[in-house]
Amino acid sequence: MIAFKLAYKNLIGAGLRTLLIVFVLSLAYVLIIYMNGIYQGWDRQARIETIAWEVAEGQYWQSEYDPYDAMTLTDAHAPVPAALEASASEGKAVPILITQATIYPEGRMMGAMLKGIDTRQKILSIPTNILDPDSEEITAIVGTRLAKSAGLEIGDYLLVRWRDVHGTFDASDVKIAGIFKTAVPAVDQGQVWIPLTTLQKLTGMPGEASLVVVDKSPGEGVTISGWDFKGHDFLFKALEEMIKTKTVGGSVFYLIILALALLAIFDTQVLSIFRRQREIGTYIAMGMTRKQVVGIFTVEGGMHAILAVMLGALYGFPLLLWTTKTGIKMPEGTDDFGMAAAEHMYPYYSLALIIGTIVLVMIATTIVSYMPSRKISKMNPNDAIRGKII
Amino acid sequence: MKNGSIITIESLIKSFPIGGGEFTALNGISLNFEKGEFSGIVGPSGSGKTTLLNILGSLDSPTKGQTIVLGTASDQMSPRVAAMLRKKHIGFIFQTYNLMPVYTVFENVEFPLLLLKTPAAERKKAVLEALEWVGLTDKIKSKPPQLSGGESQRVAIARAMVKKPDLVLADEPTANLDAENSHHILQTMEKLNKELQTTFVFATHDEKVIGYLRRIIRLEDGKVVSDENIKK
Repeated sequence: MIAFKLAYKNLIGAGLRTLLIVFVLSLAYVLIIYMNGIYQGWDRQARIETIAWEVAEGQYWQSEYDPYDAMTLTDAHAPVPAALEASASEGKAVPILITQATIYPEGRMMGAMLKGIDTRQKILSIPTNILDPDSEEITAIVGTRLAKSAGLEIGDYLLVRWRDVHGTFDASDVKIAGIFKTAVPAVDQGQVWIPLTTLQKLTGMPGEASLVVVDKSPGEGVTISGWDFKGHDFLFKALEEMIKTKTVGGSVFYLIILALALLAIFDTQVLSIFRRQREIGTYIAMGMTRKQVVGIFTVEGGMHAILAVMLGALYGFPLLLWTTKTGIKMPEGTDDFGMAAAEHMYPYYSLALIIGTIVLVMIATTIVSYMPSRKISKMNPNDAIRGKII
Repeated sequence: MKNGSIITIESLIKSFPIGGGEFTALNGISLNFEKGEFSGIVGPSGSGKTTLLNILGSLDSPTKGQTIVLGTASDQMSPRVAAMLRKKHIGFIFQTYNLMPVYTVFENVEFPLLLLKTPAAERKKAVLEALEWVGLTDKIKSKPPQLSGGESQRVAIARAMVKKPDLVLADEPTANLDAENSHHILQTMEKLNKELQTTFVFATHDEKVIGYLRRIIRLEDGKVVSDENIKK
């Protein structure tokens, strides 16, 4: 307790120097929390959007299906298993059939994926109710990204070419029945959604699907022959890797700020020990052990971190709160990375992030304060009392 | 240790390594100090006064020989025991006052009691009493840079005396003071010595201080050349 009292008095006594160090350190706190908050918010938002639009609670993949290998798509289809078919009829699963296609908007040629989806589904946010499986025309919906890149509008006809189960090319016009807006590029860029039964008919694959989206994880030990369940752990792996890479890249910025603050504390400690030798000697003469004096100086340096928390909270709390309310406008093309990104990113500052940051900075500050303070334990108190240079 | 003595020094030798050789600062000192003494170690610069005072204050240890300070022998004195001895029983007064510049006069005097974990109410009472002894009750909120040299040294005396120690070691306490302040300080210390029976040991070569001493131990080249009691 004495150490804290003394440290507080010495820090306040140091005036402007303390204020500058505390300010830089508080900047480090706020920046670390802010930047990690953005990544956490992005991660959280991307997960929520991806669950809503693409993966729900998981997907059964036909054993040949590999979204990262286009060569597998020709064979990645099979009849929907009875168990999943039953779930689908209860609205608990959505079979999706996927085939490669080429689209010809305004005479141009573009690669695309033709996806058949049950129009009655309510698990995913894709507005499949717009699709009409009974229409004589083939109705399709596309996302705003594809609509923009292909120059499509509602009511337009788009020539689509595909291959059926035997490898025979076929082509037809599809009518754009709707254009939807989503933060998830995977259901938008180059994706043309048509009714499942229509695609099954066009490709000669009746009752078949490439994957089945489910609204509930099947649990341990439940297996379906020829189909592999992919849960969130697997489906979000790429997203997590992406966030991790961005977090490491972004951390360089705030680590520089933190390093500057720590360097200032280290410098202050060295200077302080040099200038306050008489005081150190007097502490020892009055009955403190060297360890106790080292403790006082370490606490004094570490206390910068405590004052910085207070100052950081003073301006950081309203600032961070404001960013959670208004969000941060994401630059154009952010979703070109392939991960879900809404127009506005809402940072998410978890308690673990805030406490973790405070603990990290406090530990770093204490270590940096302790290092020069160790010199005191080698000091001769007689020389120190007389202020002789170490 | 003789009856009534609070410090016993036997065949004390203190040497320091210098260059490739050794410098002997104290050479075969044997002394005895009794409770309530107002004594001084007197001698020219380099005679070993401060070295002897530091050993008495357990800030340093003998190379050879033994000291027994307040019942604790130097060969049994670990750093922790030495710190405890200083904290409870010894007060220091330095030539350069050594006050903490960021603390007020009150806080400077209070500091030894904080180390002793004295309750707040007792602390306040003791600090005010100590400041009254040195006549500085009107300066309790001042900080050392606002005080004159004489006032600073009086604060240092109050700080040394506040815990009512058995022994006060004063190293050249008047060296930075003018004659008037020196006499004022010495009268204060003499009064406290008589009232509280605190043993004072000075290291000095100041004639003004010597004039107040009741025992004068003269050191030359690390040896005691005379030890005389003065009748007052």
